[in-house]
Formats: sequence, structure tokens, C-alpha cells
Amino acid sequence: MHFEFQIEGGNFSKAGAASSQLKKILKQLNVDVRVIKRVVVALYEAEVNIVAHAWEGIIYIDIDTEKIEMKLVDKGPGIADIELAMQQGYSTASQEVREMGFGAGMGLPNIKNNSDLLKITSEVGTGTTVAMTVYLNS
Amino acid sequence: MEHNTFHHALKIREDLCIGCSHCMNVCPTEAIRVKHGKSVLYDDRCVDCGECFRVCPVSAIIIDQDDFSRIFDYKYRVALLPSVFTGQFPEDVSLRQIHSVLLELGFTHVFEVENGVEILAEAIKAYASRHSDKKPLISSFCPAIVRLIQVKFPSLVDNIMPLKPPLDISAIHIRKSLKRQGAADEETGIFYVTPCAAKIAAIKDPVGDPDSPITGVINMDILFSKVFRQVKQRNQQSCALPVSAPLSGKEICWSLTNGESAWIEGRSLAIDEIHNVIEFLEKLENEEITDIDFLELRACDESCAGGVLTISNRFLTAERLRNHIDNYRTDDENPHPDAITPISESRDHLLKKVEIRSKISPRSIMKLDENMAEAMRKMEKVNRIMQLLPMVDCGICGAPTCQSLAQDIALGNASINYCIFIQKILEQKGELSLEETVAIMQEIWGFGKTNKYRDLKGI
Repeated sequence: MHFEFQIEGGNFSKAGAASSQLKKILKQLNVDVRVIKRVVVALYEAEVNIVAHAWEGIIYIDIDTEKIEMKLVDKGPGIADIELAMQQGYSTASQEVREMGFGAGMGLPNIKNNSDLLKITSEVGTGTTVAMTVYLNS
Repeated sequence: MEHNTFHHALKIREDLCIGCSHCMNVCPTEAIRVKHGKSVLYDDRCVDCGECFRVCPVSAIIIDQDDFSRIFDYKYRVALLPSVFTGQFPEDVSLRQIHSVLLELGFTHVFEVENGVEILAEAIKAYASRHSDKKPLISSFCPAIVRLIQVKFPSLVDNIMPLKPPLDISAIHIRKSLKRQGAADEETGIFYVTPCAAKIAAIKDPVGDPDSPITGVINMDILFSKVFRQVKQRNQQSCALPVSAPLSGKEICWSLTNGESAWIEGRSLAIDEIHNVIEFLEKLENEEITDIDFLELRACDESCAGGVLTISNRFLTAERLRNHIDNYRTDDENPHPDAITPISESRDHLLKKVEIRSKISPRSIMKLDENMAEAMRKMEKVNRIMQLLPMVDCGICGAPTCQSLAQDIALGNASINYCIFIQKILEQKGELSLEETVAIMQEIWGFGKTNKYRDLKGI
């Protein structure tokens, strides 16, 4: 099954809407609660990353009986050093974003911990693509 | 493993129901549909919160209780009163008066539920230190919330603290205390005066534990009327048996909002009213909210003071309990020799009994099918149906929302032509006759409503 969600950069009031939607879908599909938890945490972090850093983005989700694939494609500043960004506590978030309780530098590490496959590609000045997969029977 | 039947204290009386759909529209778990002009309850979805009971204009929703005369089947008849019962009365009616009338009505003992609070608070502390990895711990005090989590938030079931409420703790002590005074177990009837339906359901079908020490349940609104009438008719303040040990203000306020969290160390949050709770749990489930140690969650606004079986305004009840703590103190009195002994005597025994042994398991209402491939097929069907529906949530189809109709259709419980918009189109296209659409409306709403408007003269 395929789903798509649009993400608006800078609008924190809607951050989390896509992960909530996906959570509802996975509950209806009787997916194990532990798997749902991993998927939702990973997607939420990735979704907030777009809201916090990018201008806009689209989330593509594909679900089958073996795995959940999520691809987040954004138009934004991109990540100059992906390895550095993956480190816990590293963040380029603005003061404004941090004041809202985001930007603690836990996003990417959290996504890594909660997904089975993770691939990040980025072009500075253009945007970032985060592709992650969670297997149902991992 | 999972089983999807609950005992429900809420029942819809078909003979009284006028099929107005008010209940359907307020149900937080979408557990009500209208069929043949009557409201129908989906047993697996209902959490006994009582929102439907509040809005029914013809009192067709009733709450199961035990007949009052049942107390006389027992030699020892204990009224187990929550503090909100006292809070129902105007401030000039004293606790002593209330208790004395209860004894006149036939009870042999009166005991306050909140006697069990201190022991529970101790047990919570011990449980929290043993499970410091589980965060946040969720109180199991409100049975409607426990059921809500079971059906709607299965991933949070493990966060519920499996501890018995003060009600059960007090009841276990009463049995023990009376036994010591020579009362046989079968001679002892403990009757809980309940402010809500969820407590009844929890007593009749305890989550995780097979039997309850409570014999029966009396609805608060009924008992209040009985007691208040007697209080009005006489003007004295006597009491045959002195009330048992006085409670502290903190104990009395346990069932009010913040009543539990006031006892808890660490970061705790108190949330009341079921929609507020749902909103919060959604975020918690996404791990958008972290670092909270304890959650006190209550289904009713102002917690038990707002229970569906209360009579007094919930804010006034809470005020009375918070402000007039001194009314309850009888420090200078010696307890009557026959009164139930102080609960502190049973402390060690109760601390051993307080934990609910068997597991609280999820009972998800969300899943479309056990089998994921089948669930995906059904979801695709739901999504296709959703494209056709008008998305106005008018309720004319007998379901609360277009989404719930789409699900009902996918699960084989409804038909797409229940939708009034689709009926109109099908009629225009000549695929449904006028007679057929009237027949569909009658299938949903019964004959009464569709026959009302035959003669429009004189309007």
C-alpha cells in the first residue's frame, strides 16, 4: 500500500501529523505494537527534521506484509557532513527551534536506532533524502 | 490471548430509546450506531465512560446496579463510600448526619473508600522504584481509562501500574476486620456507592483479576436521594456508630484531579476528561512527550466529582472536599467497639495483596483483521469507499462519521447506500427507486421517524 504526505517547513503546529496518521494505519493493519513504536519514532524524528530545517518535503510510504519503507524527500539546505550529523548531540538547529524543545541533536541517531535500513543522501543547497526501512519480523 | 468482550454496566433500553443519535455523536470510541431506530452498542469498543448516559434526552441509557434490598441478604451490611458521595450534599449537612442516615436505612457499618489511599500510595512508591525503566507509569485508578488504553492505545498497556484501587484495598480490610469480630465471609456484604458506570464494570469484570472483594454496587444518584430525603425530614445530627478513623485532606481528595499526583515523587501530570486524555495519549504514543514519571488520567472532567452518577455540580463537590476537610474530623472521639478497625492494622497484609497478579492485556479495536494481508485489503476498500463519501459526518447513515461508515461497510456491517448523498445520486441515475430509498431510511431510523411527515398541511 502506498501513502504520501506533504510537509511544510517551519510549521511546528503540524509536525507529527504524518507519523500520527501512519500510526493509525499500522494499528488498523494489526502490526505488532513494538514495530509500530519503532516506525512512528523514526518517522516523527525525520518529519520534525524537515519542519525544523527544510522548506518543504514529501513523505512516501510503502507498506507490505514484510516491511514498511519510508522515503522523505525535502527541498532545503541539505546536510554538508552526514557523518557529523549522525552524531548524538550534534545539531545545527537555530535558537528559535531549540526554544520550542527541538534541535537536541537526537534526531538522526534516534532514526538510526529505530530503523533496520537507513540511507541518507544530500546535496547542499538543494535538499536531503532520507530512506528508511523497518522490517515487521526483525 | 486477547478477548474482545467486556462486561458493560451501560445498557441501552430499546423500549425507551428514540434513536436521536445524540449518544452516537459523543461516544469517544465510536461504539454506537443507530439501527432500526434504536441505538446499538458495539460491546468491544465501549469503555463504559458514560458520555452517552450524560446526553441521552430520554434516560434510555441505564447503568446496571444491584437492588438496594439485596443488602438485607447479609447480616453485616457495609456501605463503602467514596468521598465524592459526601461532596454531593450541601455544606450544612455533616458527615455524621450522612452516616447516621445510612445506618437507619439498614447498613450496619459505614467505611470510607479513601481509607485505602495511604497503603496504595506506599505501594505505588514501591512499584515505581522497582520499575524505574518504565516511563511514564500510568495510574490504573480510573477503570474507563484502563479500558480506553486497552482498546485504543495497546502499546501503552504495559505502562499501566497493575495496582488495585483504594476501593478494593478498603474492601479487603473490611472483610478481615469483620472476620476478627466474628463475622463469616458469606455473612458480610460490602456495597460500593459508585459515582460512575466504569467502576461497576470493573467490579463485575475486573481487569486482570478474577474476583472482587466487593459484593454489590449501589448507584450514587439513587442513594443520595434516599439519604437526602431523610436528612431533610429530620433536623438532628445523631449517629449510632461513630465513624471510623478520620481521614486527612490529602486522602479525601484522592479521587479529585491532582489527587493522586500529589502523592507521587518526580514529574507527574494529572489529566482529566476523556478527550483530553486521548489527545495526550496520542502524543505520548508517538514519543513526542518524554521524561514524565507518572500520569494520573481520569475519564471525567473534575475526575470523580464529575462522575456520571453524581448529582451535585462537579466544581462544588470538589470545593466541598477541598475546603471543608475539618468537617470530617472526629479526633476526640473513641471509636465504637463494633466499628471497623483502622486500616493500618492490615497494612502488611494489604501491601501483599495490592498488586493485580494477572496481566492487563491489549484489546485493540483498531485492527481491521488479524491477518495483515487481509487487513490491507480491507483498508484499501475503506480508502476506496472514503473517496465516494461526502465527508460531512452528518450521521444520517446511522454511523457517527463517514470514516466509521466506510469501515462498517468494509467489515460487512453496513451498505454504501446507507449514505443519503449516495442515495440521491443513485435515485437520479435511476438505480434506486424512491420506495427503495425510503425503505433504507426505515431500516436505519425505524418506521416512527419516516412516518411522521406524511401530512404537512398546517405547517
